[in-house]
Amino acid sequence: MTEIVADAGRCVGAGQCVLTDPDAFDQSDEDGTVVLLQAVPADDEALKRAQIAVEICPSRALSLTD
Amino acid sequence: MTAPALQTTRRCPYAPPDEHTRIRDSDSGISQVTLPSGQVAWAMGRLEHIRAMLTDPRFSSDRRHPNFPRFTREQPAFDLMRPSLIQLDPPDHGPARKAVVGEFTVRRMAGLRPRIQQIVGEHIDALLAGPRPTDLVQALSLPVPSLVICEQLGVPYGDHEFFQRNSSALLSRTTTPEGRRQAVTNLRDYLRELIAAKTADPADDLLGRQLAQGSDPEDVLSLAFLLLIAGHETTANMISLGVVTLLERPGELAALREDPARTLPAIEELLRVYTIAEFANSRVAIEDVEIGGVTIRAGDPVLALSNAANHDPSAFDEAEEIKLDRGARNHVAFGFGIHQCLGQNLARMELQIVFDTLFRRIPTLRLATPADALPYKNDAFVYGIHELPVTWEDPA
Ligand code: HEM
Ligand code: SF4
Repeated sequence: MTEIVADAGRCVGAGQCVLTDPDAFDQSDEDGTVVLLQAVPADDEALKRAQIAVEICPSRALSLTD
Repeated sequence: MTAPALQTTRRCPYAPPDEHTRIRDSDSGISQVTLPSGQVAWAMGRLEHIRAMLTDPRFSSDRRHPNFPRFTREQPAFDLMRPSLIQLDPPDHGPARKAVVGEFTVRRMAGLRPRIQQIVGEHIDALLAGPRPTDLVQALSLPVPSLVICEQLGVPYGDHEFFQRNSSALLSRTTTPEGRRQAVTNLRDYLRELIAAKTADPADDLLGRQLAQGSDPEDVLSLAFLLLIAGHETTANMISLGVVTLLERPGELAALREDPARTLPAIEELLRVYTIAEFANSRVAIEDVEIGGVTIRAGDPVLALSNAANHDPSAFDEAEEIKLDRGARNHVAFGFGIHQCLGQNLARMELQIVFDTLFRRIPTLRLATPADALPYKNDAFVYGIHELPVTWEDPA
């Protein structure tokens, strides 16, 4: 099962993931880093959005397991 | 063989200079160019190489490094303040960025919306009450981002005029190098006093919160100055360029007015096609690195031809077309890697509010100078328009 993995240590808080899918990603109020709301994409559309987020995340903090 | 001079003139405002496209489409995608400073730099034009370069710690952002790419003969005024976020490499960059990024999250930006809406509304009121034609750059594009960042930092309203005057002196093409240095000094001295006042009497604004979390006042000073500079002319230029582009496409503008959900994707496309701040994506190599079959040596200056990359046909379908509904965010108009624009979601929101409000409030807005006769900033560090005369009809 594909799962999103987020490494808050690498994250620079650009918020690109939140713009891509606010249902899956959030940013912590404290230091702006990524918070996963939904690690397992619910359907193909959500998976597509997750793939986009992985591609555009500027700090390469996001990945997908296979 | 000497490297050809870097070309910056765009034949068409929304296409990269031909020379940059040629470099991108060459076998390696990388070539050497001579900068106005006399430095010989590597210039890379492919999105894939630029993303690799901007995420590789072997390339440094230390703008005080003697070989960091410079676009003027004059030395930037780095002696006036401590290095700020944009100049820091790991391991210093991460903690400095995390100390402030909470101020710029998507959610925090949404909280600023009502106040930005009010600032934009007031400037449009003033515009409508004033003479026609008028220069939109001075009336709207420049003051809006400046006032927004002033409020966010916690600059008292009464000092906004001082701020605007010194920021304009800093940005104007007619200011001498000494004049620019003076403007930086004025702003620095002002901010230093403001920060001292907020240390004594804590305030609930960005500067106050940085101090409250224990940041060194001299680091808060560098950060305040960076925030002031980084988001002012950039956002202003995108406002002006966006207005021209939309006015030149009445059909698409009408669609946008009908459906505000189209505005954000349109902004993303405008950011991509104009890529106004590509020279901010410069670095200096601190180790030997091989990219695209070329060996870049430690100490070599490197440019990311980000505009060419944002028109890279291997990354964007029909890359040379403006498609306002494309909505692609894999561009590098805000940079890439750890330094990707901290203010990007503020910039997106300012642009969204300005476009939505301006075209709703003044539906008859039109250019008073043809788009192809506008003074584009072909010689500037950040691309844009010097002056944008607009006019409109009396309401029926
Ligand atoms: C459309 C408007 C804007 C554009 C095109 C733009 C572009 C950029 C680019 C290309 C970078 C990367 C520089 C590098 O890699 O060295 C950057 C960084 C930065 N920008 Fe923006 N910017 C805009 C608006 C803003 C605004 C509104 C603010 C803040 C109020 C801002 C604050 C910053 C800061 C602080 C950095 C440095 C971040 C770091 O080094 O971690 N920018 N911007
Ligand atoms: S896109 Fe990447 S860097 Fe930006 S907030 Fe999300 S995980 Fe962090």
